[in-house]
Amino acid sequence: MLECIDFAFLADRVIPALNRGLDVSLRLIIPAALIGGALGVFTGVTRVFGPRWARRLADAAVAVIRGVPLTVQLMILYFGLPNVPYLRIDLEPFTAALAGFIFCTGAYQSEYVRGALLSIRQGQIRAGQALGMTKLQIITSIVVPQAVRRALPGCGNEVIYLIKYSSLAYIITCIELTGRAKTLISQTYRPTEVYLTAALYYLAMVTLATWLLNWLERKLAIPGFGKNNT
Amino acid sequence: MNASSPLLQVRGVSKTLGGRAILHDVSITVDPGDLKVLIGPSGAGKSTFLQCINRLIAPDEGEILLNGMPIDGSSTAELCRLRQEVGMIFQDFNLFDHLTAEANVALALRKVRGLSSDNAGKRARKELERVGLASRAGLYPAQLSGGQKQRVAIARALAMEPKVLLLDEPTSALDPELVGEVLAVIRDLAAGGMPMIMATHQMDFARSLATEILFMEQGRIIEQGSPADLLATGANTRTRDFCSRLIASESGKAGA
Repeated sequence: MLECIDFAFLADRVIPALNRGLDVSLRLIIPAALIGGALGVFTGVTRVFGPRWARRLADAAVAVIRGVPLTVQLMILYFGLPNVPYLRIDLEPFTAALAGFIFCTGAYQSEYVRGALLSIRQGQIRAGQALGMTKLQIITSIVVPQAVRRALPGCGNEVIYLIKYSSLAYIITCIELTGRAKTLISQTYRPTEVYLTAALYYLAMVTLATWLLNWLERKLAIPGFGKNNT
Repeated sequence: MNASSPLLQVRGVSKTLGGRAILHDVSITVDPGDLKVLIGPSGAGKSTFLQCINRLIAPDEGEILLNGMPIDGSSTAELCRLRQEVGMIFQDFNLFDHLTAEANVALALRKVRGLSSDNAGKRARKELERVGLASRAGLYPAQLSGGQKQRVAIARALAMEPKVLLLDEPTSALDPELVGEVLAVIRDLAAGGMPMIMATHQMDFARSLATEILFMEQGRIIEQGSPADLLATGANTRTRDFCSRLIASESGKAGA
């Protein structure tokens, strides 16, 4: 079976090309996961504890981002924004893709965080108030540390989605892993080897991310926390 | 500060929630060394009343005076000051689930009192020692028994050096065998002169330690007086009637 795979072709052409693509992919995924995660926590907190106008605004933003296909959002960011009168925001392909991923992942993360925030027992908030803590202190030192731990499995899932939907960046000419693969195929007409290798690259990234997330969950684990809290 | 004014004075508190009157013109005065015990059937408004005193629930009417100074609750700073001086113990402990016993006590010392982590930790260990939990400082709430959790909650409140302590049925969520250790801590506080208002169903405790018993029903205080007056054999009071029924149902439960 292995005769059908040309190892020389893999080593000489596929791997160098895909490595360059991988570099761009990682430069999209890592900042998007970190900044998007922080944005998700902020948006989630706003949606639960913010003043009414901020809650409305954040809810609306999340509804739009979750309601429009990411492909269309990327198109708007890259092809649409330069044509908006007065604004004329002209983004580089990489910047447009990164912005699209940050908004998208932030919106979904805020949903996990929101759910976790709502699950924190009200009694602890009252206990914080009874000690004279301000609302902001209660949110930052009691509610968010617990909510982040509760939200972590869901947020990890979102990071794994992010790794895979980062492959949409090539449609706005940000040539990352999938983009490199397509370019190489159009030069060599050997889709099997190229796509299979690209698939293995994604699988490796997802596996690594899964390990990292499991490690983080273990590191942040607190005895008895999250298990049928009364 | 006025030397002649009571430590804490709550006057004419009323509260309506969802169209239902929960509290109706309830007043209480606490002087140094007082242990006022609120009793009454569940739904009488004891818990709501206690939470109105430190304004966790904003009363519709009435005023709260601390050392003779009215606290109107309109400014956040004033509210935070009131709550530092009026500590609260909850029925279901409300420990912070993600923090060790020591960190539970230290958190408000750092955030509200501005102590350094070192000093807050030292102070927290001292408070835990006072409630007999020095050896449990590093454990998380899930690793503590109910009685230990409540003692951590008491240490957490005491660390803020409150002038008055409000206790909302502090032993009601505990297994019977754990009630004693929490009552022992509260008894020590009473012996030390800590002014307290406590809602409880522990009648023996109330009888032996209360300076005054207030009987609440349907959002009103309908009887108040010393335990000797209200619980005396032959005293024809609602309080005594309620207590005897309470004791009857308790022994009924024990017999079943």
